[in-house]
Amino acid sequence: MKISVLSGKGGTGKTLVATNLAAAVRPSQYVDLDVEEPNGYHFLKPRLRETVSVGVPVPRLEEGKCTGCGLCAQVCQFNALAAIKNKVLIFPELCHHCGACSLACPEKALQEVQREVGTISIGEERDFMQGELQVGEPVAVPLINELKRRVKENGPVFFDCPPGAACAVVHAVEDTDYCLLVTEPTPFGRHDLAIAVRLMEKLGLPFGVLINKGDGKNGDVHQFCREKGSKILAEIPFSLEIAETYSRGELLVQREKDWLHFFQNLFGKIKEEVGHENHRHPQR
Amino acid sequence: MKTIAILSGKGGTGKTTLAASLARLAGEKALADCDVEAPNLHILLQGKLLEKKEYRGAQTALIDEDLCRQCGLCREACRFQAISAGYQVIPFRCEGCGVCSLVCPHGAAHLETVKTGDTYVHETGEGLFSHALLDIGAEGSGKLVTEVRRIIQPYIQTEKLFFIDGSPGIGCVVIASLTGCDAAILVTEPTLSGKSDLLRVLDLAGHFSIPAVVCINRFDVNLKITEEIEAYCWQARVPVLGKIPFDSRVVEGLRNYKTPLEMEGSTAAAAIRGFWENMQKYLQKPPPVSLAFQLENV
Repeated sequence: MKISVLSGKGGTGKTLVATNLAAAVRPSQYVDLDVEEPNGYHFLKPRLRETVSVGVPVPRLEEGKCTGCGLCAQVCQFNALAAIKNKVLIFPELCHHCGACSLACPEKALQEVQREVGTISIGEERDFMQGELQVGEPVAVPLINELKRRVKENGPVFFDCPPGAACAVVHAVEDTDYCLLVTEPTPFGRHDLAIAVRLMEKLGLPFGVLINKGDGKNGDVHQFCREKGSKILAEIPFSLEIAETYSRGELLVQREKDWLHFFQNLFGKIKEEVGHENHRHPQR
Repeated sequence: MKTIAILSGKGGTGKTTLAASLARLAGEKALADCDVEAPNLHILLQGKLLEKKEYRGAQTALIDEDLCRQCGLCREACRFQAISAGYQVIPFRCEGCGVCSLVCPHGAAHLETVKTGDTYVHETGEGLFSHALLDIGAEGSGKLVTEVRRIIQPYIQTEKLFFIDGSPGIGCVVIASLTGCDAAILVTEPTLSGKSDLLRVLDLAGHFSIPAVVCINRFDVNLKITEEIEAYCWQARVPVLGKIPFDSRVVEGLRNYKTPLEMEGSTAAAAIRGFWENMQKYLQKPPPVSLAFQLENV
């Protein structure tokens, strides 16, 4: 069962929830898909077994073969190639790795070479995986895809997703069984929850909401969920003690048995929701 | 006009709250919200709409089913698995690269420019404000950021500062917010996550030779890590211009659409004012040399 933990807004508590779920539900896999700014390792403290370089194909010119026709620059939709006076300049950081240029070149003068964009670190037993985008690289998606390719197919998997609502998040949550939207009861939290919910609807993914840093009333968010018919699975109240525990990179479930039960119950509710979903849409 | 990006690496450290506060404090300034996927600054700024426009920032392939012979060449060539078994383009996956149109022997595939978001320019009580909302799941958020920075320019008159409220992360959206800026304010929090994320975004600022300053928010939640951040910044010659205490009035204010400056007795507000004073002095000095440049010349 693949469970994505996302939010839209940054800092609502995705990593808090994802790491504590992974620690409470054993055996399970935790995959940190926030490859721009991974943080799960602070909490799960994995023993890393392997680090793998991840690359993307970018064009390289074989100058002897180039006739300066400029077709490559013409077909490139991303301005990653410029044909100037019979020379071709390549801007690999603009490249979208589609292969159009090498397809179009009549002289087969463009070869594709691998350019490293980041690394993947894998813990023992593959129960922990994270990606780290190289600083200066713009696109997270190739690392996210590589991580998801390596996920074991058995047992629960918790995807700690990046903030936002665009391509990185789409690739992170695609083909998962359930999405847990972590929000906070502020106007910012509610605004971005609405965005995350629209993404869920567009992708056709089942989801539920967890309210973090709750104030007991959570007016805005409760009203929103009521209007949308979205299920609130759990609430974590605001507490400076939780903030301090989090700041030190400590898991809640290791501090108190109550938290262990809380996250185990949360997983139980998620399983129930997935069960209901399968019942409603057996062909999914 | 000096352009200053407000970034963090980590989400939720207080960029937007700080941006809104600086909007209230700074004199002649313009603002932009470049967190185009999940914008929040407009929630705290009121104003008159000057322009709203559709942004058509990406292309998507379209397959004409009358011309399509289902030969499979496009599906084989597409590197993004964006063409279904039924020869429909899957919009979330399509990069708009045009490879399908290159390989199709029947001319059935072509690229079409599509809308990817909406941009806005407002005249607010605090000054000009540009922002945007990316369409759900759309491509090209970096390009939309560049557009948000561009659309305010024709309205600029005497503004001395342009604050850009950025997004978390270090990828294309942040890069598009950061390039060409005169300085970056990095808002961090004293947590292990906040610290490691700060180091990466500081690295990014150095990569683009943008001088950075740091503001530690909720610094008293963990004094030990606050000290570690200060020590790191000291040896990296990054000025820490502000330390804001945890203050429950901040969230209380936010829930009432107010910045900390409007909350009576707010300790965070006092610290934000102190940060702004330091920032003004910092901006008056000649452009500091970034660490990246320093290392090159050692």
